[in-house]
Amino acid sequence: MGERTQMEDGVNSFMTGPDEQGRFGKFGGRFVSETLMPLILDLEARYEFAKTDPTFWAEMDDLWKHYVGRPSPLYYADRLTKHLGGAKIYMKRDELNHTGAHKINNVLGQIILARRMGKTRIIAETGAGQHGVATATVCAKFGLQCVVYMGAHDVERQAPNVFRMRLLGAEVIPVTSGRGTLKDAMNDALRDWVTNVRDTFYCIGTVAGPHPYPAMVRDFQSIIGKEVRWQLAEQEGEGRLPDTIIAAIGGGSNAMGLFYPFLDDPSVNIIGVEAGGKGVDARMEHCASLTGGRPGVLHGNRTYLLQDNDGQILEGFSISAGLDYPGIGPEHSWLHDMGRAQYVSITDKEALEAFQLSCKLEGIIPALEPSHALAHVMKIAPTLPAEHIIVMNMCGRGDKDIFTVAKHLGFDMKI
Amino acid sequence: MGRTMTRIDATFARLKSQNKKAFVAYIMAGDPDVERSLAVMKGLPGAGVDVIELGLPFTDPMADGPTIQLAGQRALEAGMTLDKTLQMVRDFRATDANTPIVLMGYYNPIYSRGVDTFLAQATKAGIDGMIIVDLPPEEDSELCLPAQAAGLNFIRLATPTTDAKRLPKVLQNTSGFVYYVSVTGITGAAAAQAADVGPEVARIKRSTDLPVIVGFGINTPEAAMAIASVADGCVVGSAIVKEISTGKPVADVLSFVATLAAGAHSA
Repeated sequence: MGERTQMEDGVNSFMTGPDEQGRFGKFGGRFVSETLMPLILDLEARYEFAKTDPTFWAEMDDLWKHYVGRPSPLYYADRLTKHLGGAKIYMKRDELNHTGAHKINNVLGQIILARRMGKTRIIAETGAGQHGVATATVCAKFGLQCVVYMGAHDVERQAPNVFRMRLLGAEVIPVTSGRGTLKDAMNDALRDWVTNVRDTFYCIGTVAGPHPYPAMVRDFQSIIGKEVRWQLAEQEGEGRLPDTIIAAIGGGSNAMGLFYPFLDDPSVNIIGVEAGGKGVDARMEHCASLTGGRPGVLHGNRTYLLQDNDGQILEGFSISAGLDYPGIGPEHSWLHDMGRAQYVSITDKEALEAFQLSCKLEGIIPALEPSHALAHVMKIAPTLPAEHIIVMNMCGRGDKDIFTVAKHLGFDMKI
Repeated sequence: MGRTMTRIDATFARLKSQNKKAFVAYIMAGDPDVERSLAVMKGLPGAGVDVIELGLPFTDPMADGPTIQLAGQRALEAGMTLDKTLQMVRDFRATDANTPIVLMGYYNPIYSRGVDTFLAQATKAGIDGMIIVDLPPEEDSELCLPAQAAGLNFIRLATPTTDAKRLPKVLQNTSGFVYYVSVTGITGAAAAQAADVGPEVARIKRSTDLPVIVGFGINTPEAAMAIASVADGCVVGSAIVKEISTGKPVADVLSFVATLAAGAHSA
């Protein structure tokens, strides 16, 4: 599939984006107010420099190894493989990272950059709280002031993460503007940034926002896919690539991190799994931007968005607070339109089943986000031959979700 | 540059010949409903408003403070759309052929409509210019250049972070006037200080012949006078929107606007 598309569209590589305008095809860009433009251009220049600066990557590698615990294992899920009776399933264990998710891979990079830019105050938005916790953690480590914007509704349903952030010294600001969700938290973070632009660095948690964020966050998360390449070769033999790689997508940072190093390997099938909520249909009670949305401009970039006919943004709906965003990273929109990656959706119900299966068969309590990826693995693995290798990204652990899951399974946590 | 003169250009030429500062008022289209919003709009010229900025409601107004955020929400909840906003402009134009109307908002509702379709509809309805907050010069090919080609002014924001190196880029494709944002921040934010604004306006005026109008953080007749005296005029938005939100009679809102206009015009 990939090879044909490349030839048809005259593209030699899927790994050269974005262009100088921050575009992946027509997606991406820099749709921000003038106040932020000079800072964004400065950030781009600093990042371009850091990218090829060995001292920057030496600092990253050291922290990844000794602070985060990288490389994360690539684990052959043998009981799940036998249970599903088809393809061989590996899990990339990014849930074992410090703070319990892939989010910290990116936060470390951005905070090191912020320090190099002389910024003393870090702001972040968070949905489920994982990016907020990761940001608060790294800020504590470096003694930086940290302010996290979180939708008032999420503050309520993710109380343990709110307390974690406060323990780590961050100020958590409940966002009541709009409808008090992740997208409103991002709006308020942007409002803070525009007000405090001179001393503040905005640490964005996903592969979205104005250029250079989508590319920068992707590059920091690409450690996931790079490790998978050598780890699989180590376990399956030199040169062996996965046949299918699968990851869940809200904004899409864990997925871009897994996908990016494989974009130019045409034999590798790439599948992104969006949150289907109660089902991708006219009720719009889902977060599947690619399957159920159309291109628009929000939060600094052009990408697929959930919106009404008048271009007003709709609220997403998902059991997983981490996928509850009406947009998606612009590079995913491009990969979707180019046909290089396939995007599917999984409902809340299917994700809950996968969650339980992982607990029972592998002794791994997954976050609800990767449970969506796992649910798709459950659909396709039985249809594939035993020599077909699937790598799914177990991008977060489920401790934060046990209350939500208990509620859906009718289990009373108050005993 | 061979551009046809818009109502905006004509208004500033007239003000200049009268040696008068401009007073620009912002209201949100459809806040709290179309009827009341249109009644306020129709009364603005009589209250001394030289240019009307009409807000196009958007669910995610990331450069706006709480006052204008809530105004947009009220409008959307009352069923405001792009079509109804254009209809408001047509209804206004039926009684006022001269007062310039600048549409102010965010790009997505326009992009969603389709730029060419929107520009044709906006021109026909009687809109004269646009301020689209999330379209910096880097994205000029999206709407700025097509809008100018269609005979509409594209009014750019310059801010305290727009340094000397960047200013030419910001001014390059700007027409109508330059909107100087007095503070780094969101609408309805901290009070603008004439002592800070004056030198910045002077700096911009050294690089352009366009009028420089100052907005953000101006909420009293005194502030309107102070800021207008160091620029070619000023914009008041949140303070007027706040008056509308109290549910006061339209006449009371307009008499408040008249005090602001008088402030700016006394500069």
